[in-house]
Formats: sequence, structure tokens, C-alpha cells
Amino acid sequence: MLLITCPVCGAEGDETDFHAGGEAHIKRPATSDPGNISDAEQRDYLFMRKNPKGLHFERWRCDRGCGKWFHAARDTVSLRFRAFYRVTELPPRDLMEQATGEWREFFKDKLAQGESRS
Amino acid sequence: MASQKIIAVYLFAKLTKYNSGKAVALSHGGIWASETGGENPALLINRPRPAGRGSPPLADMPEDPRMKSRYSIFSLARNALNYHKDWERAWRSPEPKAEYDAVIVGAGGHGLATAYYLAKNHKLTNIAVVEKGWLGGGNTGRNTTIIRSNYLQDASIAIYELARSLYEDLSQELNFNVMFSPRGLLMLCQTEHEFRALKRTSHANRLAGLDCRMITPEEVKRLVPIVNDDPACRYPILGAYYQPRGGTGRHDAVAWGYARGADSMGVDIIQNCEVTGILRDGDRVTGLETTRGTIKTKKIGVVTAGHVSTVCQMAGVRLPIESVCLQALVSEPIKPVIDCVVMANTVHGYISQSDKGELVIGGGADPYNNYSQRGSFPALEHTVTALVETFPIISRLRMLRMWGGIVDMTGDRSPIIGLTPVEGLYVNAGWGTGGFKAIPGSGYVFADTIANGRPHPIAEPFGLHRFIEGRLVDESVAAAVAH
Ligand SMILES: Cc1cc2nc3c(=O)[nH]c(=O)nc-3n(C[C@H](O)[C@H](O)[C@H](O)COP(=O)(O)OP(=O)(O)OC[C@H]3O[C@@H](n4cnc5c(N)ncnc54)[C@H](O)[C@@H]3O)c2cc1C
Ligand SMILES: [Zn+2]
Repeated sequence: MLLITCPVCGAEGDETDFHAGGEAHIKRPATSDPGNISDAEQRDYLFMRKNPKGLHFERWRCDRGCGKWFHAARDTVSLRFRAFYRVTELPPRDLMEQATGEWREFFKDKLAQGESRS
Repeated sequence: MASQKIIAVYLFAKLTKYNSGKAVALSHGGIWASETGGENPALLINRPRPAGRGSPPLADMPEDPRMKSRYSIFSLARNALNYHKDWERAWRSPEPKAEYDAVIVGAGGHGLATAYYLAKNHKLTNIAVVEKGWLGGGNTGRNTTIIRSNYLQDASIAIYELARSLYEDLSQELNFNVMFSPRGLLMLCQTEHEFRALKRTSHANRLAGLDCRMITPEEVKRLVPIVNDDPACRYPILGAYYQPRGGTGRHDAVAWGYARGADSMGVDIIQNCEVTGILRDGDRVTGLETTRGTIKTKKIGVVTAGHVSTVCQMAGVRLPIESVCLQALVSEPIKPVIDCVVMANTVHGYISQSDKGELVIGGGADPYNNYSQRGSFPALEHTVTALVETFPIISRLRMLRMWGGIVDMTGDRSPIIGLTPVEGLYVNAGWGTGGFKAIPGSGYVFADTIANGRPHPIAEPFGLHRFIEGRLVDESVAAAVAH
């Protein structure tokens, strides 16, 4: 059973009180540049998914609390949550540094630029 | 029958961009091949079956090319006299060689079937299957063994029915009892919407030549006496989709039979050998790093189900796949109560009874990424709730075991079979919650794909390109439960 805390309203519960929303930090390319999207970019947006064995970053929704979407960092092997953070935020710095594979690539320039908002 | 054949040929022609002469040559060596060059593979779909539930006569079978002594009533009697102490090993445990013509990663059903058909149909015998654990210990040994082919899209029907029809005489083909049991499969209609959706599926299936039909609530009750037929219940039975030759098989035996068959043709099956890296020279593969040393090869087939993303990443190939946990459970054994497979998609559960008497129960997958082979309790509770509602008689049964497997889910719930951007790297994955039924067909077309370096016509619609082109093979709404 996953134990979850909503970073918005503070509600605590298990996975039945929340809704899993898949990979976090996905941006729709057509939003910023609708006229200039390649088929490959659109495929990446719609179908390509990071699928790490280990630290993963996801979206969840506080179904039975405030109803807001938020972010979570979770290990897909131990199933342990490492952090909950708001939907506009990037993960805590130490977790971005621990990320591996595609997530490491993803966070690289964000770390370099010292960003904290997604 | 004749008109069905024409439709099947049409279906095949639609699916393939190859001329049929070539396609026939590709399927050569299968059990349909004759001296004159084999039949059109499209007819695999509609191969006439003897009436009833029996297998085709043995005279149909080609001569067995294997050196291994055959299992038979005589070998059984002989070994019984020796108290079963002298059975020969079903497969060797060889040391990895320095180089192979091709290496299959993952000794699940799909990997082993691929190796079997590579050796048998394409005469590639200097090949290996490498497996990080023991063969058949992944999803193949964890599934609930439903075999059916009633998918909605033509491309899906072609591959799943090829597989189902190969299952019909797989025991004879492999000289290993895979206990294929075409006991009949029902998909219940428990809402008006579901009734219409399944009726549409049954029309699509009949056009493709599948043996199936819609049945009335009375027929459902006759086939499944334990079903709750109270018209006032929350989800009353409005009818069902029925595939009389769907059913179940013995999961381990499928892996073991293909392993024994491949091994006897010279394929090295190397267990306890985890792939840790893929070696490349520019855009082509040159070998594998494993926990038992480096293996050189120019062709790699990755068939690692839930671990396909992690293995492909070793070659820098990204996939549109996510790994989640799917669970199943079995009850204590009871007297026979159900002799077919029943799926209840609206309430998310399905059930069959094993020869031991256990009810084999499955439902939906957990909703989040997971590599732990440990699923959540709420998913199980949801499944059991659904089945108690549909079959009230089972409400007091105790459950014996539950387990999980890590399944590889694509966005359109169809598999990925074919080439990758890296030369020599082939992938066969994304079977998700429903690939046991596909093992023989998948191995058949994937072996052909690897041997010839281009997709087999039946595999072609399942290439990675479909995600760029938007040519999805959408089966996500075809069945709401996972199986
Ligand atoms: C609970 C459950 C119920 C199911 N029910 C059904 C059903 O009723 N009907 C149906 O058709 N399908 C069902 N399925 C789906 C079906 O089990 C799978 O689609 C199918 O077994 C996949 O076979 P495979 O050979 O691709 O994978 P697997 O059998 O999982 O084999 C993959 C192998 O790759 C190995 N491997 C992984 N990484 C490495 C590495 N780095 N190096 C070497 N080896 C590696 C693994 O150890 C494993 O043995 C079910 C699945 C589950 C989990
Ligand atoms: Zn909340």
C-alpha cells in the first residue's frame, strides 16, 4: 500500500485516495510552438515514456482531498516516496542529482541553471 | 468456409506489402509447409480443424527432426520401471560461447519460441538465449493462461489467431504436453454499451473468419451455471461474446516445451546470465556484456517484457513503454464449478478453474510504474469484489496464493515487434497484460523478422514507426481487464 501526503492541502491517505497520473514534467510541444512540431516530437509527447528502474518522477491527484494535481518522486523498486512537491515545482535539488538515465539528462540543464520551477 | 478463406486472404493481402510468393517462402518449414512450397500463411488463420475438441491426426505432422528421444507412452512405461530415475535432462546448461549468429535476450515464452523458430524454420542454430534468472520465471510463469484471439483490429486478429491456431497442435509439434485446452471463452455483456461494443467485435471477428458468436443470457447460464443471473443485480447479464475455441494452456509447459525443442536443435539456453550492456560500433550492435562475460553477435533480439526499457536503453534506444505490476491469485481447490473461461470486463475480473480445482483469478493492473513484482492490495480487492458480485457462490472461498508480474504497457495496448533505429537490434515487447496467448505466433513472426532483417508481414503493423505515423493498432478499449 502506498502512503501519500498531498503537498497542497496536507491530506494523508493511501493510493485509493489519490489518482496516479503518470510521468511528470511532460510539456506539450504544440503549446509553445504550434506551427513547428515534427512528427517525432509529437510522438515523444504522446507516447514515449521514461520508465526507470529506480527513482521516478510522477503526477498524482488528490482525489478525496483538495482535488489538485501535484508531483511526487518515487522509487519504482522499493515503491517508497522520496518527496511530494507542487505541480509548478521541480523536485528537491538532491533528488534531481540522484536521478539516473533519461531523468538525469532531463534535469541536467535545470540543475546547471539553478531552476526550481518547472 | 470458402468465403471465409477468401476473406482471410483479403485480410492478409491488406496486411502485407510483400508479394505473396515471398511471404510463402518465409513461412516455409512451419507445420503447414508441404513439398510443393507451403500454403499461403493467411490460411493459417483459417486452417480447417477436425470437429470436436481433438487434435489433428498425427499423419499431418512432419517428421520430427530432433535427436532427442521422444516422450511417449513407451518412454513413460520404461522410466516407470526405473522409478523415473533415468529421464534425460530436457535441456543442457551450456557455457556461453564467445560468439553467436544471433542472441535472444530473455528466456520467457516469446524469447524461447523465437529461438525455436529461428532454428527450425530458418536453420539458424548457432544462436543463444540468455536469461538473467531461470527460464520461464518471468511473466510467462506468472500469467493466468487465457488464450483467445478476439481482438478488434485486423492486424491484431492476424497475429493472435496465428498464435491460437499454432496452440492447437503445439503439444504434437513440441512433443511436450502444453495442455492447450480450448474450453471456450465468454466475455460477459453487463451494460448496454458493453453489449454493443462486443457485438461490434464479434462482427469484426467473423468478417476475419474467426469462429465466434454472441450468445443470450440463457445460453450464458447454461454454459456457466454459477453466474449470477438475477436481472435486478447491479450489472445484469445481457448476453456474452463467445469464442468456443478460446481457452487456457499450461504456462510453464509452453516455456519448457519450446526450450527443449530449441535446445535439441543446438540452441544454447544460458540461464543465470544477465545482460548488463549492449556493445555498438556506430549504429550497429556488435555484442553483449553479461554477468558471464562478453558475447559477440551481430543480431540481438530483446524479449524482456517489463525490463525491455532498461535493456534497450543500454543501446540508447527509447521505447513508448511503461512497466507496471499485474497481479493474479488462486483459490483453494474445489470440485469442478466452471469449465470455461469467463471474463467480466465491466467489473474488471476474470476466472477459470485449473485441473487441480483452484479458481484462477485475475483483473486489472496497478496504475503506477513498478519493478517490484509486488502489487497493491486495493487492486486485488477490486478484482475479488467484481467476481463475488458476478459469481456469488465463490464468496466464502479462501485464497491460496497471489503474485505479481511486471508487464510492459504501450499506449495503444498492442505489442512492438520489429527493427529499432540501431542496426541488428530487434525488439519484441509491449505484450503487456496479454502476451501468453501470443507466444507461438509472436515467436514465429519474430524469428522470420530477425532471420531476414525486415518485418514479417504479420509483424509489420506492429513496428515502432506506428507511433510516429499515428497508425496505432488500438486495442485499449477492446477489453477493459488485463489478460
Ligand atoms: C498476473 C498476470 C496474468 C497474465 N494473464 C495473462 C493471460 O491470461 N493471458 C495472456 O495471454 N497473457 C497474460 N499475461 C501476460 C503474459 O504473461 C505476458 O505477456 C507474457 O508472458 C510475456 O512473455 P515474455 O516472454 O515476453 O516475457 P517474460 O516471460 O517476462 O520473459 C522475459 C524474460 O527476460 C528476462 N530478463 C529481463 N531482463 C533481463 C536481462 N537484463 N538479461 C537477461 N534476461 C533478462 C526475465 O528474467 C524474463 O525471464 C499475464 C501477465 C501477468 C503478470
Ligand atoms: Zn490535497
